[in-house]
Amino acid sequence: MLPKWFNKWNQDNPTNVFGPAILIGVLGGAVFAAAIVVTWGNPAQTASLQTGPRGTGMSVPEFNMDRLDADPTIEAYYTEEPYIPEGGEDLAKDIYQNVQVLGDLTEDNFNRVMAAMTQWVSPDEGCAYCHGDGDPETYGEDNLYTKVVSRRMIQMTQNINENWGGHVNAVGEVGVNCYSCHRGENVPSEIWFNISPVNEAAGGWASVQNRATSVSQATSLPSNALEVYLTDYEPVNVHALESREEGVPGIDNASIQKTEQTYSLMNYFSNSLGVNCVFCHNSRAFYDPGQVTPQWATALLGRQMVIELNQEYLIPLEAEYPQDRLGPIYGDAPKAACKTCHKGYQRPLQGMNVIADWPELATSEAPVYE
Amino acid sequence: MMFPEYQNIFTQVQVQGTPEMGMDDTGNNMMEERVGRPRFNTLAGLIGNGQIGPYYWGWTSMVAFATGLAWFFIVGFNMLAQVGYSIPQFIRQLFWLALEPPSPEYGLSMPPLDEGGWYIIASFFLLVSVMTWLLRAYLLAQQHKMGKHIFWGFAAAVWLFLVLGLFRPVLMGSWSEAVPYGIFPHLDWTTAFSIRYGNLYYNPFHCLSIVFLYGSVLLFCMHGGTILAVTRYGGDRELEQIYDRGTATERAALFWRWTMGFNATMEGIHRWAWWFAVLTPITGGIGILLTGTVVDNWFIWAQEHNFAPMYDGSYGYADYGSYEAFIGKEN
Repeated sequence: MLPKWFNKWNQDNPTNVFGPAILIGVLGGAVFAAAIVVTWGNPAQTASLQTGPRGTGMSVPEFNMDRLDADPTIEAYYTEEPYIPEGGEDLAKDIYQNVQVLGDLTEDNFNRVMAAMTQWVSPDEGCAYCHGDGDPETYGEDNLYTKVVSRRMIQMTQNINENWGGHVNAVGEVGVNCYSCHRGENVPSEIWFNISPVNEAAGGWASVQNRATSVSQATSLPSNALEVYLTDYEPVNVHALESREEGVPGIDNASIQKTEQTYSLMNYFSNSLGVNCVFCHNSRAFYDPGQVTPQWATALLGRQMVIELNQEYLIPLEAEYPQDRLGPIYGDAPKAACKTCHKGYQRPLQGMNVIADWPELATSEAPVYE
Repeated sequence: MMFPEYQNIFTQVQVQGTPEMGMDDTGNNMMEERVGRPRFNTLAGLIGNGQIGPYYWGWTSMVAFATGLAWFFIVGFNMLAQVGYSIPQFIRQLFWLALEPPSPEYGLSMPPLDEGGWYIIASFFLLVSVMTWLLRAYLLAQQHKMGKHIFWGFAAAVWLFLVLGLFRPVLMGSWSEAVPYGIFPHLDWTTAFSIRYGNLYYNPFHCLSIVFLYGSVLLFCMHGGTILAVTRYGGDRELEQIYDRGTATERAALFWRWTMGFNATMEGIHRWAWWFAVLTPITGGIGILLTGTVVDNWFIWAQEHNFAPMYDGSYGYADYGSYEAFIGKEN
């Protein structure tokens, strides 16, 4: 097989290959180990915290140590304490035209909120992003879609702070404002659009899964989980609550495919918060509310909240957006989900209180200053 | 540094010469079904016998290969069609793509081709292929006048295959319960199957299957290690050692007797290995067959049968006083 001169040379020059072989093996092994550490991450650079009784395997690991440092978007956050009204000031709705929200603010506070919103949402474009390039007298006009949308977003923010404290203030006052999602960008990151069906030449369940997509979080799980579970109140639970139940799967009770769809949603939850399954569940009995952590209830409320936000605020705005803001496939309105706000952190902005300085955004009524 | 001759990763002695053609005691008929000109491969000889071929073809091989390829191409072209016949996308998404079983609404009926019809057709070809291959194992053993142990061993694996793709879907009344043909999708199925039926780890037959699987691995390592350790005394000539026990067997047996007070015999160790191996898919198949047909939630079943313990203590950060203490940030 090998050339004759090669075999002859080897015969004439007998060499002990064990020395070089061991050297190459050790060096090669070291290079391989170094490459693995660099590309796959350093196994020593992880953290883990036990969160349940011993023997249950309840622990929350952290593989991304950067997440334990300060969230870089916190530094760019702009905030300003309110000017406490002394009573008798003119209100924004009396001073300016067409003030449909935030009308009960004093002029100082109204302008304070407006200035903050430009910092949070359009730091480069400034006021013109919503109000256009005209004189301040024209600021009452609703010519730009950005203004119409932002008005609705202010109402959405007020609704979240007013009615969804069980989710956003679950572990202390945090609240939300524009920056919770926008983080200095016109369009928040981690919004999503309908993309299913994702497969050609296939129908039914086969058409909505088995593709690496942004919505499936690069898994082969169904790509329509957010569409199904976060725009409507479709039940996510798949388990039998008795050890035996009658029925054909997919007709009388949940099928394997439905289970994969729920799994896809749960995987999205995990990635959105940078946590694992047992952050909320005891994985030995996923369905059992007697073995869940308090975060389970918070997440449950979060899902209800997102459905409401999508149904009542985000999807109805579809007609307002220009084409380039709509979904690439179905031209649907951009929608929100866990990651739009959480951005991969357990708590958005690592639990920074973003509502304390902004009582105007905490209620749809006239603000209460303390 | 000393490197004794017998410490080697690969087989040290290779015989290459006139190829061994096997017996021909039926008047030249056997050779008609053997194909391929035999040759020697030194690399193959490092881990096994250096002679490659001839290969017994026969009608069983022909049917098994033809139907197996039919299955392979139906799956492959369905995947290709799913990405719009784009070769780059096909390569990129290959591990994600799958030929899925029918949607649940079709039950046990024949669905349209693009909603699982192709899956039923492909599965039929795969069934013929696997069963013919199983028959081949039987016929070959018969022709060699061997025991049928390999046939029964493969039959144990085929049992699990039939449970997953035929027996259980029929009992459940829906083809949608079958396993998709795809790299990641069949893993998704496995996870979803466990989750849907309340955690398969509480299925006692799943427990048994794991015991036999890990037991097989352990036994394989113990046996392989033992034999390699006594090859210098001829221990690798196991059959000779069985009927004429030599020093290799004596040493290997003493090693284990003095390690754990008990040892297998040169013959018996292979019975252990065979039973551990075949019991892995047999018990696993029973566990799968019972899931959804007899038990729908294994965790609740385990509680009812008193082997899923309850734990005292609360879950999550509430038990740690504050959220900051829970995330380890308490000062």
